[in-house]
Amino acid sequence: MRTLLQALRQVQYENRAFWRNPAAAFFTVILPLMFLVLFNAIFGNDQIDIPGGRADISVFYVPGIAALSMISACYTNIGMMVTINRDLGVLKRVRGTPLPPWAYLFGRIVHAMLIAALLVLIVVVAGAVLYDVDVPGDTLAAFLVTVLVGGASFCALGLAITVLIPNADAAPSITNGTILPLLFISDVFIPLSDPPEWLDFVGDLFPVKPFAEALQTAFNPYTTGSGFEWDHLIVVAAWGFGALLFALKFFSWEPRR
Amino acid sequence: MTTELAVEVRSLFKAYGDIQAVDGIDLDIDRGEVYALIGPNGAGKTTTLEILEGHRHRDSGEVSVLGFDPEQSARALKERIGIVLQSTSVSQYLRVEEAVDMFRGYYPDPRPLDEVLELVGLAEDRHKLVRRLSGGQQRRLDVAIGLAGDPELLFLDEPTTGFDPSARRAAWEMIRGLRSLGKTVILTTHYMDEAQALADRVAIISHGRIVAEGTPDELRAREQDTLVSFRKPSAALPGGLAAAAELDGDRVVITTADPTRLLHDLTTWAVGAGVDLDDLSVARVSLEDVYLRVSAGHGTGDEE
Repeated sequence: MRTLLQALRQVQYENRAFWRNPAAAFFTVILPLMFLVLFNAIFGNDQIDIPGGRADISVFYVPGIAALSMISACYTNIGMMVTINRDLGVLKRVRGTPLPPWAYLFGRIVHAMLIAALLVLIVVVAGAVLYDVDVPGDTLAAFLVTVLVGGASFCALGLAITVLIPNADAAPSITNGTILPLLFISDVFIPLSDPPEWLDFVGDLFPVKPFAEALQTAFNPYTTGSGFEWDHLIVVAAWGFGALLFALKFFSWEPRR
Repeated sequence: MTTELAVEVRSLFKAYGDIQAVDGIDLDIDRGEVYALIGPNGAGKTTTLEILEGHRHRDSGEVSVLGFDPEQSARALKERIGIVLQSTSVSQYLRVEEAVDMFRGYYPDPRPLDEVLELVGLAEDRHKLVRRLSGGQQRRLDVAIGLAGDPELLFLDEPTTGFDPSARRAAWEMIRGLRSLGKTVILTTHYMDEAQALADRVAIISHGRIVAEGTPDELRAREQDTLVSFRKPSAALPGGLAAAAELDGDRVVITTADPTRLLHDLTTWAVGAGVDLDDLSVARVSLEDVYLRVSAGHGTGDEE
């Protein structure tokens, strides 16, 4: 019980520290909105084919940018911040206290997911207000479950990537370098109408595309039923679970120099 | 092992690859004692300290810290020790009081916040963000979070490295204050004057071994030698004296266990040859000299 309270306090401290760096916080929050507005401005008049019929491109971009927001708040943010704090010795120092190590990481992960939820909310509200994109109704449960599974999995992947990052200086290039190509081939930045087969295949292997597509199903007006994309969710969750096992085995609390 | 001692170590060994960082160290540290490990970079001080803190695994040997084996990483042990690592390790975007309070929350019976801030002299700066603190203030904050849990045993890894002289004095006052609280303190340092000013006992470490141990007075008493020195004279010294002489810059230094005879020989020669011995001085070997001598010939390796 006391440990759980300590873990929740950790979320609170992470949150304070986050908002204390206003420039960083501002761009974290505003970046998805910028992407949403920019992509819609560039492709605004296009209609695209989506499963079941045709729709405004904003129906594609709202869930796409929601996926981007979650991935950057969970995967990129955790990958970078945990590495930086590892190299500063913050992780090592915490490990010398009675606080259970999981409680520290719990604070980081839960905070990342809260920020991710805030970003998704901003994107969904902006989509509804600016572009008349319907908020999921019948598919709301599927949408929320997808957000939760995706958030947890991309946080686990963020922890796992720290194992492969040798030092804090390399953190931005490795986290971005691993995720940016996937964002391009995974129906997030660009709707892939007729991609080469191999590109499709590669996209399906990694968790970004299944995640983005599961969110897009929830926003698709032609979706019938509850909108759960179980096969996609299983791929995302499998990546998350594998990443968690990998992190549990190899995660380092010590600075690497 | 007995529980009377705060720390008991027998035949501790630790290697990194081919480098034997700790090469058979024994320690007995009493409760309430301030104990200093002194030695050059790479001597094995930090490795030894980190094994005691539970941050590192040992290759072999017995270690007891407050009756626990630190390798077991017991929460009950961590609740009773405080750690100040070599480098600052606090979230940059918290305020001083928040950072200390966060660490207080990790312990069952923490020291009151105001007391901690007062002890390290950060009461005035409690609302400052960590990232706005000066180097010396950050180090004080490190000590503050080391004290947050009101530990019985405090580890200080190079608490004053990089300080200017007045900040060092202030840090010494603070550490002396901890002694008066009855804490056991184990610190590492490069500076003999620091060890001498703070520690009840000092161990000189070189190449992973303790090469001398005792109170500062005992260590100095080991060396009965006297140093006779003077500026390099215009004429060459006679054979007997020249053999014992060493050159240190423009000074000639002769170490002797029998200063009366040496001075007699030296001055007799000088007067006879009509040579002036400028700046002639006769001094007991200092603790610094003891340190340099016992760790001499070992050279310095890389940072541990």
